[in-house]
Order: sequence, then C-alpha cells, then structure tokens
Amino acid sequence: MNGETSALRLTGLTKRFDRLAVDALDLTVRRCEFYALVGPNGAGKTTTLRMVAGLLKPDAGSVSIFGIDALTDPVAAKQVMAWVSDEPMIYDKLTPLEYLEFVAGLWGIEPSTSQPAAEALLASLGLEPHRNERCEGFSKGMRQKVALAGALIHEPRLIILDEPLTGLDAVSARHVKGLLGDRVRAGCTVIMTTHILEVAERMADRIGVIAAGRLVAEGTLAELRQQNGHHDTSLEDLFIALVDVKQEAA
Amino acid sequence: MSSATALSWFARHELRLAWREWFAMMTGGRRRRTRAAAIGLIVFAALMHLPAWAVIGRYATLEAPLDKTSLIVIISTVFLAWALMLSQAIESVTRVFYARADLDLIMSSPTRLANVFSIRIASIALTVTLMALLLSTPFVDVLVIGGGARWFAAFGVVIAVGLSAAAFAIAITIVLFRLIGPARTRLMAQILAAVIGAGFVIALQVAAILSYGTLSRFAVLTSDTVASFAPDADSLLWWPARAILGDSEALLLLLAMSLVVLGLVMTIFSPRFADTAISASAFASSRRHGKDTRAFRGGSRQQALRRKELLLLGRDPWLMSQTLMQLLYLVPPALFLWRSFSNSSTTIVLITPVIVMAAGQLAGGLAWLTISGEDAADLVATAPLVPSSITRAKIEVVLIAIGVIFAPLIAALALLAPMQAVVTAAGVVIAASSATAIQLWFRVQAKRSQFRRRQTSSRLATFAEAFSSIGWAATSALVLVMPLAAAVSALMTLAILAATWKLRPTRE
Repeated sequence: MNGETSALRLTGLTKRFDRLAVDALDLTVRRCEFYALVGPNGAGKTTTLRMVAGLLKPDAGSVSIFGIDALTDPVAAKQVMAWVSDEPMIYDKLTPLEYLEFVAGLWGIEPSTSQPAAEALLASLGLEPHRNERCEGFSKGMRQKVALAGALIHEPRLIILDEPLTGLDAVSARHVKGLLGDRVRAGCTVIMTTHILEVAERMADRIGVIAAGRLVAEGTLAELRQQNGHHDTSLEDLFIALVDVKQEAA
Repeated sequence: MSSATALSWFARHELRLAWREWFAMMTGGRRRRTRAAAIGLIVFAALMHLPAWAVIGRYATLEAPLDKTSLIVIISTVFLAWALMLSQAIESVTRVFYARADLDLIMSSPTRLANVFSIRIASIALTVTLMALLLSTPFVDVLVIGGGARWFAAFGVVIAVGLSAAAFAIAITIVLFRLIGPARTRLMAQILAAVIGAGFVIALQVAAILSYGTLSRFAVLTSDTVASFAPDADSLLWWPARAILGDSEALLLLLAMSLVVLGLVMTIFSPRFADTAISASAFASSRRHGKDTRAFRGGSRQQALRRKELLLLGRDPWLMSQTLMQLLYLVPPALFLWRSFSNSSTTIVLITPVIVMAAGQLAGGLAWLTISGEDAADLVATAPLVPSSITRAKIEVVLIAIGVIFAPLIAALALLAPMQAVVTAAGVVIAASSATAIQLWFRVQAKRSQFRRRQTSSRLATFAEAFSSIGWAATSALVLVMPLAAAVSALMTLAILAATWKLRPTRE
C-alpha cells in the first residue's frame, strides 16, 4: 500500500459535451470519510462521478483513487471501488442471489467468501424472502437495494453512489443509510450525490457544493456556515444562497 | 367534448402514435434521417419489383376460369400471406397489452373503455393492413403491368386478408389470456408470431420431402393428390382467388366478410380488453421463482460473464421463439438428410446454404443480445476487467450457443458427406463470426427488451448482416459444386464486410 492519505483526488478534471459540464474541478476526499456532493440539476455531479467510476473519459485532468491513477490503470482502480447509479441496473431474469454471484465473480471473489456475504447482505437489506425470485417484478426500491447489495458484495474501499435514496420508502432508506454508515465506520469511504439535503446534513462528514461544473464550497456543515457567514442557517438555506450567488456570477 | 368527438380525437391520437412508431422504425428514431429514409424506402420499393417480377411475373397473363392446380397455388399463397399477417398482428396485440405505457392513463380517464378499445383494435387492424398493402404493392404492380388493370383487385384481397388476420389475432390473444394466463400468453404469443408464417411453408416442404423426395414446396401444391382432394371450381374456397383475378362480386363478398369478422371481434372483445390489459399489467408485478439456493460457483471473471450470458439467453423468451423458428427451418434439411441416407441424391448440397444462412441470422440476434442488450452496462463497465476481455467473453457465448444448436446437424451430415460437413462447419463459423463482428462494430447500449427494435438502430448493420449471411451461404454451397464461383462469392462477401467496417460509427 502507498502512503496516499486521500481516497479520491481529482485534479483539473474537465468534461465538455455541447457545453462545459465539469470545469477544471479539483476535489479531495479523505479515507474513511462520508462525503456528500450536492448541487442543482445539471451542475456536473453525475458527470464527475461517472468519470471517477471509469464510465466517462475526461477531456483533461487526473483521477487518483487510493494513489492509483484511474486513467492509466483503470482495472486496479475499479478493483477497489463500487458504483451505484440512481437508475438501478440489474438483470430482470436473474434472482438477487444469482445477481450477487455474478457480481462477486466479476470482481474475482472466492465463492467461500462471497456466498455468506451475499446471504448477510440480503438479510440486512430485507431482501431475504425474495432471494430466489427473479428481479423482473421488483419495485424500484427493491431493485435499488439489489444494486446496492451488488456494490457491497466485493467489500469495496470506495463506494460511489449517485442519488441512492431515490425511490426508496422511509424504512428502506433508513436501512441503506444505516448500512452506509456501518461501512464508513468499518473503514470504507463513501461519496454520494443527493438532492435530499437533510441526508447530507445528517450523514456526511464533509459536504461539497458544486455548481456549473466547479466546486463552490466545501467543508463540514459548521465550516460551510462559517465560510458564508450564516451561523444558524440550515444546509438548504445555505445551499440556495451558494448556488444563487454562483448562478448570478455565471 | 361529446362522446363522438372524444372518440374521433382518440382515433387521431392512435393513428398519430402508429405513424410515429412506424416513422421511428424507418429512421431509427432520428428525425434528421427523414429524407434518407424516404429515399431508401422508394429505392427499396423499386428494387422489390425485380424479385416480384421473377416470382410472379409469369402469372400476370392468367385469366379466369383457372384449373384446379392454379387455384390451389393462388389460395395457398393467399393463406401464407394471411398467416404472415396474423403473426405480425399477434405481435402488435401483445405489444398493446404489455408494452404501451398509456394504459393506466386511458383506464383512469372518464371515457367508455369499450369504445376506446374498439378504436385501438381498429387501429391495429389498420396498421397491419397498411403494412401488408405496402409490402404487396410491388407484386400487384408487376401483375398490373403484365396483365392489366383487373389485377388492382388484388389490393382489395390484401385489405380483406389484413382485416381478418388482425381480427383473428385479437381473438386468439384474448382467448389465450383466458386459457393460460398473462404470463404464458406473452411467451406463447411470441412463439406463435414467430412460427405461424414459417410453419405453413415448412409443412409444405416436409410434405414434399416425404412424398416426392424434393425440397420444393410447390411439389405438393401442384400434385394430383392435392388436386383430387380439392373442391369443385364453384366452391366458396376459391373466392379469394377469383377476387384476385378481378371478380368484383367475389371481392365485395370477401371485403364484407372480413369487415363482419372484425366488427364481431370488436363487439365481443372490446369490453374484455380492459380486463385483459389489467391482468397483463398485474403480471408485471408478479413473482417468478428461480431455482432453490445452490452453492456459488468459482472460476475466472470471464467465466462469470459467460455463465451470466448463457443464463440470460436461456431465460429469454425471444430467443426461445427465435431458436424454435430456426430449428423449424432446419427440419426440412434434416429430414432431407435423413432420406438421403437411402438414396445418394446430389441435391443434398442444398442443405449447406440453409444451415449456414440460419447460423448467420441466429448469431446476429444472439450477438445483439449479448453485446448491445446489456441491462447492467454500468456494472459491467465498472468491473475490474479490460473491455476487450468483456467483449471476448460475450463473443464466446454467441459461438457456444451456435455450436450447441448446429453441431448435431453437422455431425449427422458428416456421417453422409464428410467433406460437405467440413465445408458447412466452416461456413457456420464464418457466417456466425461475420454477423457477430457486424453487431460489434454497430453496438449500441440498449435494454434487452428493445430487441424488437434492434434493426432500427442501424439499417446498414441490418442489411450488412443479412447480405453477409446470404453471401457465406452461397459461398459454402458453391465450394461444393463450383469452387471458382465460390472464390468470387467469397470476395464479394468480404467486400460487403469491408465496406460495413469502413462505415461503422466512430467511438470515443
């Protein structure tokens, strides 16, 4: 293991589609940290995370994951991370258990390790009664939980989640939040985008506010309040103030 | 809004949806391609006149009264067209039940559902009929050019056939719903749609092989045996043939009968359409159980990918129906092969192109499912594997599936004609590899459920796949009889592949 102290380091990350989506973004997420990335629609959150996950090629900049250059050695970087998108991508014709077996196989996990882990994950996410049912009839919340179980089966050191709570009922959302909290306490790093600012406020160690492809503010909730001179305000008010300023500037 | 206005408004809405669906199918969903699609369609229609001329040009001078053999051939052709339209209509009806996203909206609206669904049934009938008219135009044109305006009556027969086929398709689908439930109906309808049209042709071919030892399907139709069983010339059975030949009385009766059948189906089944649609949507949330828990299997990452692909292919309803259809097509050559054990006919060579063509076509479909139809594309893309090893694993799955389906037939051929078996095996491998390569060059990220629309993403890929399969089928056959011509055919097919590769879309 190298001496890198950050889980993720982005330097000058840039991506342009028909307009600039991510604009020379610099971002560092520490090890064992729960980091929430918030921002208005079209701010560049998902594009940033898709570049980190290796799903999009940046136009410029670098992505370092636990000291591994993700652009020159993507396989090594992917081995230690997991990606969960807002639209759960699972196979309708597989059962949750078959899906987890497949994901474990893709990450090269031994069956003796992956099978008990799969059983435990399904139990902790409340999917145990459905373990042998094909996913085709599952609700969006159930599908999201299966996708999340798939992300956790190979014990990633970095978990990247894009709006993971969309479509989940209150009980499921609490399950997921609990599970992510446990992972962070166990030494995992979590980066999550969310529009539910309460979740970011309650769960995240640090919050990054992104607008027009740039990081406009970053820190703990207290630091954000201090930086912006709003001492008793909620994250929602702070967020609106930050984003408004950025949009006016743009 | 009055009820009549509301219904005419809904009819316009249905027609607009049908038009846009057809337009999207022609242009691949890209409006910029409108002109190219129109030109392509005109060129295609013009070109279709050539095969139409070759197939039915010589019948243009036929005049009533016809002998029994000619009547049998015409009626069988009409029945084949009806079966093909029925198969297309069954597919359209199941799509309305399972795939249209507007059923919740329609059923929660304050309109009389029976009326609304009557319009939807009429819209299905109209769509099927228009498509049939479009496809039959080159054939009717050839007859009109060669035999005069009286052949325009054939369009009337096409309309009658289209309307009645749509009516039967609706009745069959709803009866299937009642008998076997929504889950099995979907699969059964897909299988029926796939095999109905082919089944008739194959049955004729099988009968010809068993009775006359030939692969020609006309051998049965023109035989004395069938003529001896056929009714007299004034029988109602021949009315469609008389209508095609310009008998206006027969044509009017045929049109009236098809409209009555459609009207009856609308009256009987429209009120049940809503219940059926509700059952179909309820099916989406029902649970299907997999096998009981078994131990996870180990192996390499590529093995995990291959296992997943094979498992998904095994559970794919399209693949089941398509494989069944391909296997049905292989029944005549297999039967012919079996008969050839007892007599050394040289026509056994005909088996090779049939097998090679089938392998190419099936491989194209399989390759689309495994390469483009990846439901969890993000998951696979974020897995710690280099992209080339993912692609290789998927290609291996296609070739394994092709091997499993075609190896028994080639093994049987090897017992009879070892050299031909070697050539056929090589043809199968090359045709399957070419079709897979084309799908790889033109891959798009899509859901497996979009398989039906795979042709729309690239017309070029679709035509290239078809021409490559035909080219390799011809090459394989020519290797056995005219090796020099085979070299020319192989070069032409390679040129098609090279041009397709050159025109492939560029990727990031």
